Amino acid sequence: MIGLVLDLLLATALVGLAWRVLVAPELFEAVVVFITLGLLMAVAWARLAAPDIALAEAAIGAGLTGVLLLDTLRAMRPEPVAEPAHPPSDPKGPAWPSLAASIVLAGVLIVAVLALPREPGGLTAAVAAELPHSGVTQPVTAVLLNFRSYDTWLELAVLLIAVIGVLSLRAEPRLADPPPGGAGTVLSWLVGILVPVAVLVAGYLLWLGKTAAGGAFQAGVALGAAGVLMWLAGHRPLQREWQWRALLPLGFIGFMAVGIGVMTGDRALLEYPRAHAGTLILLIETAAAVSIGATMTALFIGLHFPPGDPASGRKGPAAR
Amino acid sequence: MNWLADAVSITLCVLGAVFFLAGTVGLLRFPDTLSRLHALTKADNLGLGLIVVGLALADGTWSAAGKLLLIWLLALLAGACACYLIARHATAPGGPRKGGGE
Repeated sequence: MIGLVLDLLLATALVGLAWRVLVAPELFEAVVVFITLGLLMAVAWARLAAPDIALAEAAIGAGLTGVLLLDTLRAMRPEPVAEPAHPPSDPKGPAWPSLAASIVLAGVLIVAVLALPREPGGLTAAVAAELPHSGVTQPVTAVLLNFRSYDTWLELAVLLIAVIGVLSLRAEPRLADPPPGGAGTVLSWLVGILVPVAVLVAGYLLWLGKTAAGGAFQAGVALGAAGVLMWLAGHRPLQREWQWRALLPLGFIGFMAVGIGVMTGDRALLEYPRAHAGTLILLIETAAAVSIGATMTALFIGLHFPPGDPASGRKGPAAR
Repeated sequence: MNWLADAVSITLCVLGAVFFLAGTVGLLRFPDTLSRLHALTKADNLGLGLIVVGLALADGTWSAAGKLLLIWLLALLAGACACYLIARHATAPGGPRKGGGE
């Protein structure tokens, strides 16, 4: 009963916040409401018994995206001062096409939800049957890192290509230097405490992936948060260019090395020997977590527009 | 003794919720940035602290209590620093909202 009340409140708040994001008169307000929406969305995922998605949503949906949006907002701020002739209520044509599209989309989604099988079918039973041979006891980790490891391997490739794309589109060839002198004593002190804690949490989440919700992506996001914090407080997370070049593809290359390395005898690509599956998964996840953390940090630094420098702020979007 | 632990735990959580409510009311009703921050940090520090103690009692294991305590300490640190940064930004010369409300 209390659970139902909580879920109803949560669902109402989510719809209300989503509406506020769309109709907020100021972009800053929209960004703040969007961050709040991400946090409540994480609570909703936790209520749906998906703590791994809740962790990712809180870290990426609310945290990293929020910081990026705030940063973009700051880079955009000089624009309206320079050319103020833009009334916010700019008429954008008739509303009925988007209304019709929304109704059609909602209809398709409702039909799709109604078409879902009532019983938890699919491959749940098959996963449960094979779980003892996977090397881990957490079904999500078993699927992601063992049964469908090909998929996860290529996801790391997607991340790598994304960060290469972002970094190639930068106006400057190198990753930007941290904002000079922006830290202050208190922030530096806080970052000095939070970064070791983030590394500790990342290691914990990585180890936890074997038996509970956790794993490479959650650990990587914790590392990425530490990197972004360090950079915002005026430190370079990695001093040299070659360190970035080594860490960014580490997850993809490590995955590939393990996948090819197990191909002795008649084993196929990525078919781990059962006795060592747990160790190999932990090895892959460690490489992937470091790589994901570096990728998140590099994406943030790569997308960062230096404040008060309209030239680089303009060049970024124009280059796309 | 179980009912006693439950009663204490529920009382502490409700007290914590009262602090959060008061903090939210203060955030909405207080006139300027600094007093709003004052209200907000009370909710963060005391409200979360009371709820953490209540939840630790409800769970009853030392490992959960340790994790909850760590969460509270981190929230204290982050809250105090964020409060300082916002206050510094608000009172900086040429800051966006010096004294007055939004």
